[in-house]
Amino acid sequence: MATTSKHKTAPAKMETVHTDPRYKLVDRTLKRLHYQQDALIEVLHTAQEAFGFLNDDLMIYIARALKLPQSWVYGVATFYHFFSLEPQGEHTCVVCMGTACYVKRSAEIVATIQKEFGIAPGETTPDGKLSLATARCLGSCGLAPVLVIDDEVLGKETPEGTVQRIKEVITTTPDTGAATDVAVAQPQEEHQS
Amino acid sequence: MNREELQAMGEREQEKQQSYRCRLLCCASTPCLSSGATAVIETFKQVIKEHDLEAEVAITSTGCMGPCSRGPLVTVQVNGQQDVIYEQVTPELAREIALAHAAAEPKTVEKNILPGDLAFFTKQKKVVLSNSGLIDPDRLESYVARGGYSALAHALREMTPMEVCETIIKSGLRGRGGAGYPSGLKWDLVRKAPGDKKYVIANGDEGDPGAYMDRTLMESDPHRVLEGMAIAGYAVGADQGFIYVRGEYPIAAKRLENAIRIAERRGLLGGRVLDSSFNFRVDIRIGAGAFVCGEETALMASIMGRRGQPWPRPPYPAQKGLWGFPTLINNVETFGNIAPIIENGAEWYASIGTEKSKGTKIFALAGTVETTGLIEVPMGISLREIVFDIGGGIPGGREFKAAQTGGPSGGCIPAEHLDTPVDYESLSRLGSIMGSGGLVVMDDTSCMPDVAKFFMEFCMDESCGKCVPCRVGTVQLHQILEHITNGSATQEDLDKLEELCIMMKETSLCGLGQSAPNPLLSTLKYFRQEYEAHIANRTCPAEKCTFTEVPPLQLTEELQRRARLAKTDSEVS
Repeated sequence: MATTSKHKTAPAKMETVHTDPRYKLVDRTLKRLHYQQDALIEVLHTAQEAFGFLNDDLMIYIARALKLPQSWVYGVATFYHFFSLEPQGEHTCVVCMGTACYVKRSAEIVATIQKEFGIAPGETTPDGKLSLATARCLGSCGLAPVLVIDDEVLGKETPEGTVQRIKEVITTTPDTGAATDVAVAQPQEEHQS
Repeated sequence: MNREELQAMGEREQEKQQSYRCRLLCCASTPCLSSGATAVIETFKQVIKEHDLEAEVAITSTGCMGPCSRGPLVTVQVNGQQDVIYEQVTPELAREIALAHAAAEPKTVEKNILPGDLAFFTKQKKVVLSNSGLIDPDRLESYVARGGYSALAHALREMTPMEVCETIIKSGLRGRGGAGYPSGLKWDLVRKAPGDKKYVIANGDEGDPGAYMDRTLMESDPHRVLEGMAIAGYAVGADQGFIYVRGEYPIAAKRLENAIRIAERRGLLGGRVLDSSFNFRVDIRIGAGAFVCGEETALMASIMGRRGQPWPRPPYPAQKGLWGFPTLINNVETFGNIAPIIENGAEWYASIGTEKSKGTKIFALAGTVETTGLIEVPMGISLREIVFDIGGGIPGGREFKAAQTGGPSGGCIPAEHLDTPVDYESLSRLGSIMGSGGLVVMDDTSCMPDVAKFFMEFCMDESCGKCVPCRVGTVQLHQILEHITNGSATQEDLDKLEELCIMMKETSLCGLGQSAPNPLLSTLKYFRQEYEAHIANRTCPAEKCTFTEVPPLQLTEELQRRARLAKTDSEVS
């Protein structure tokens, strides 16, 4: 619980080093939480929302701002499943693996996607189009098996229907190309999972 | 705001509601939203606008109504008539409903109506969820109109902190997070603990797969939780509360944030609550996806911005919690019980349920059952009533095999124990636990070793890694289960499995490790023949597992066999 006034001056200098406007969002959260060390998780949430994932520079930046060792920040970021240290694909497909979904055979859905697109859960296709992930429980057990493609929650799914839907999503949206767009578009998807 | 103003607000809202000829309530919690509730609400708005009915018809987006698999759900209230509930409402049907009920002579649409005498509704008893599905979670007024915050006002004005704790003790309320520790005793411990600062935490990190009671309560009735927390704060002498919401529940976090802001603006939280000398602030903390954070010490570590690793108890949080101060930590559902207890008295609450388990419990009924959804039942109801009456039985003419309660910390209850009353003691006698209330029904297509493997994989993934029994034990158990389901296990493996389970239960640091073997042990207890079939006959009775491996060669046996052969050979020659 270290909140002293000297903390507030240090990060101000660093703002000039980073020209990326997304750092402003991180700064705003830091300021709102008075650079308290126990606000680390909140800051990481904001950072991931702004950048789509946590890269090394970002974690070093946060570590300095909060006067925490870099290893501490890295340790927290890797402990929680929510934080990703790798950039995510343009589209994400999150398959729920909760008990209710498992009983209704969601593992088969994952296997089918894995075979069709050649990626295991947690991986992204080489062209950066699709990331596959599994979730512990999305809390929509009544609709099991459930999965989320981008923002859309789909219930009572079948393996074939899912692959079809993913193909539709990938092909219908135009290729944006720019990596930043992908990163900015990511936060909502992340939240859904 | 003071008590009189609160009362006036409720009366104004009630009058306003009665001034409408017809009220359309549409469920807007996550399951219904994902089956298309947004379009239904939009259609309602459009129809009202087209026909200029704003003054006569009200549209409300409410919280969960219960039978989630039948969503989107719409309830229509017309003054002086019985409520009508529609299931699986499409935008087209929504249009018909709005026009039929809003007409000068209201009619019902004879389609998709859920009969009011359905066992799903009649067998339930709603205490915690009494407002859910009837109020707009984003409007404070609709909560106040149903008597909201009057329990807090009553406690602040007419009760001492000691009396509040005594009431909770007398009510017999036990923690709804799973372990079932008497809540009143915990409150009293924190109240008596010395400390110039104290904290109240609501645990809304519901990581159990198959459970979503907390999410629904936070989404459907956020003020109920906040009121419970404020009463707790008054009773134990805390002025700061935290509500820890799972990262996967963005809607719940948003509604809670909104509720806190409104309540603070109206003087129901924050400084000088209801014009008394009591101050209580609530902050939200968003989790980041770690099942172990449901454990109280791990959760507190996470609130303090650290890795969510538990620490050994004692000292218990009641003595030494957040930043070393006494901390009261209860499940969200426990806080949901507080306002009704204060309002109706401890005796009323204690009259519901069984001798040792009082009150009601919310269950998330899921799996292979006709109607899935959220139910609130009095303690002591039999499992059969839940599965076959409320849930409507097993679809497709299949057979009931087991009910899994308590998620990865719980166990499976087989068909022969269907008539057991559901309460803390009976469930733990059967080797399961109440848990936070996930209830997954399985039919005969589920393979029990496979289900055990599923839970073990979960615990293996979610183990925080701090203590060795849990970190290493879960991996070993999972590996043995993997061997059983792929056909390469031997009888020895089965013995090793049991030994490891007991070792883990006795030596792990926190609840996660101590309870991780539960699903395995309970399936071993009731479905041992299935494990044996996998090992001895290499067959899966449920026809789910594929046997790709073969058991390793037992060298000693093989050598003995060869020695015997060699002997006979030499004898022959």
